[in-house]
Amino acid sequence: MASIELDHIRHSYGARPKSPSDYALKEVHYTFADGGAYALLGPSGCGKTTLLNIISGLLQPSEGRLLFDGRDVTHLATEARNIAQVFQFPVVYDTMTVFDNLAFPLRNRGVAESEVRRRVHEIIDMIDLGALADSKAQRLTADSKQKIALGRGLVRSDVNAILFDEPLTVIDPHMKWMLRSQLKHLHRRVGFTMIYVTHDQTEALTFADRVVVMYEGEIVQIGTPEELFERPRHTFVGYFIGSPGMNLLPVEVEGRVARLDGLAIDLPAAVAIPPGARAELGIRPEFVRVGREGFPATITKIEDVGRHRIVRATLGGREIAAIVPEDAEIPSDPRVSFEPRGINVYADSWRVETEAGL
Amino acid sequence: MLELRNVTKSVGGADHIRDVSLELRHGTLNVLLGPTLSGKTTLMRLMAGLDVPTEGSVWFDGVDVTGVPVQRRNVAMVYQQFINYPAMTVYENIASPLRVAGAAREIIDREVRRAAEILRLTPFLDRTPLQLSGGQQQRTALARAIVKNASLVLLDEPLANLDYKLREELRAELPRIFAETGAIFVYATTEPHEALLLGGNTATLAEGRVTQYGPTIDIFRDPVDLVTARTFADPPLNTIVLRKDGHSFLLDGGARLPVPAGISAIPDGDYTIGFQPHHLSLTSPGPGAVPVKGTVSVTEVTGSESFVHLVFAGQRWVMLSRGVSIFEPDETLEVFIDPRHLLVFDSGGRAVRSAARTAA
Repeated sequence: MASIELDHIRHSYGARPKSPSDYALKEVHYTFADGGAYALLGPSGCGKTTLLNIISGLLQPSEGRLLFDGRDVTHLATEARNIAQVFQFPVVYDTMTVFDNLAFPLRNRGVAESEVRRRVHEIIDMIDLGALADSKAQRLTADSKQKIALGRGLVRSDVNAILFDEPLTVIDPHMKWMLRSQLKHLHRRVGFTMIYVTHDQTEALTFADRVVVMYEGEIVQIGTPEELFERPRHTFVGYFIGSPGMNLLPVEVEGRVARLDGLAIDLPAAVAIPPGARAELGIRPEFVRVGREGFPATITKIEDVGRHRIVRATLGGREIAAIVPEDAEIPSDPRVSFEPRGINVYADSWRVETEAGL
Repeated sequence: MLELRNVTKSVGGADHIRDVSLELRHGTLNVLLGPTLSGKTTLMRLMAGLDVPTEGSVWFDGVDVTGVPVQRRNVAMVYQQFINYPAMTVYENIASPLRVAGAAREIIDREVRRAAEILRLTPFLDRTPLQLSGGQQQRTALARAIVKNASLVLLDEPLANLDYKLREELRAELPRIFAETGAIFVYATTEPHEALLLGGNTATLAEGRVTQYGPTIDIFRDPVDLVTARTFADPPLNTIVLRKDGHSFLLDGGARLPVPAGISAIPDGDYTIGFQPHHLSLTSPGPGAVPVKGTVSVTEVTGSESFVHLVFAGQRWVMLSRGVSIFEPDETLEVFIDPRHLLVFDSGGRAVRSAARTAA
């Protein structure tokens, strides 16, 4: 396993980039720690796949260096980087059995057969294909084939890193639960450096110790799931993580009060907005209370999604979403209030630190 | 109304669809929910007229259309894989059904621009599909289905290859878009959460059978059998087989789960008890909650919620709790089962429901 250092990396698919917008990947400077589990999360076109391809060697960056444990690998071919990769669509050898598919990366490197058996049996149990060990891969469903691909990515213990590119997209929800928790379990036990690219927030947040959120070729925040949820640094993180995403209300801030169309919302601490900056109050639906206290609101829609309800309402002329627990009462003349700890203030889309240090 | 009457489809002696009867009304959204290979796509092909049933019949607005080919029905289909004409611009792709129908130029232009606006394709109308991202390509296919003004719109996992957030937004818009047209809207998905967000009606599928059909939320809360309950649970349904003795089910460790009031008269014996992960909690949800001790296997945190995987009496359970709760593997944890939300299934997997629920 190795640490992976991205040293001022930039990438443009065009030959002569002039402005920052010509870069698919704007400057990225970060080190993935040895043994860490990371997710690269963002919408399509955000640069996450470009970054993964630079790490795997599929792409040479236009600028900057890539180092594995301090060693410059920027110009090394993929094969020379000693990494395992799992892709969105299964890559399996149809004519081989499930067992032989999993054993392939080990036998290829001359691993002793007893060790091959031990590793393959461990992995085959994890992906729950033990009963099909001797079946030819071609007879299996797409789902099972992807499990083989996943298993093959995990079977070697001597790789620098394992890279996953949307590996669970084609897997059924129930199997996703099992594979995800087993991947996590395996990571805790073996400590591989893992980098996992996905657009699915649940996968990213549950898999990774630290999630790297990307937007328009830039890293906008790196944090634990809790940090990304409670303190989004950028309004994009607030919007992209969470379902529904963070409510954003245009406000005017005066010290400890935010004004929204005549409503005065108390802030947990005073904030200073730079002159001329656009101020917004961000509050996640989980921190919006619907009850008998607070500002009068008009409910436009209630979506019952089983474990809770998503209440859509109008407050101060703005749409706002609230998450209300399954059994909670919603009054006929509802009022809306904000939990202070869930309030964030943004100036030109970036979070403003409060004086209280919240 | 689209009616399937006792439809069976066999291929090479294997039943892909088994004795399905459904009535889908105009202006409704109908979700087909089931895992891969449960028969969703086959059922849609039978609805569309792409395939002919081996047994049974298909009726549309009171007319038997069994065997009428898809070209002679007013059907639009959107697939998981984006299908567009690669040599045509986005504008021409969206316009194609209207051109085929011989619509006037002004009408074509108005409809194409309206659909493009709804699906946020206006800036890309002059591009060809290969110059678009996957999401934009799929939106082009959806726009084409919209302008076609079909009376039956079949969407086969249309958002599966799209970004999470785009999916969330399109999912919110789609029911409204299609409800306006008055079409019968059928949407196949493997994801319970997607069905709940779409609302409408749901037909759950398992091994080629429709196990239940009705308002989506009702099926989620009140499944007729264990197969349906499992199909409609994400995170997976927590289950355990328990012996009923008098007024309670006996749990390992001496705890007793009260038998729900409406079904207290069922005979003693073994039952499968099921409950959703959010009905297992760290603190007592109220009087009557039953504490049990489990062993933690792994904790997953999304920031807003935590999924704690634990083992109780050999069963793998998931507890869904709000906020961040992290526990170490192998830790013993006391958790509470909320007895107000128990699902009880007999040895044949049929739900034991109270008289009131059965009548409803």
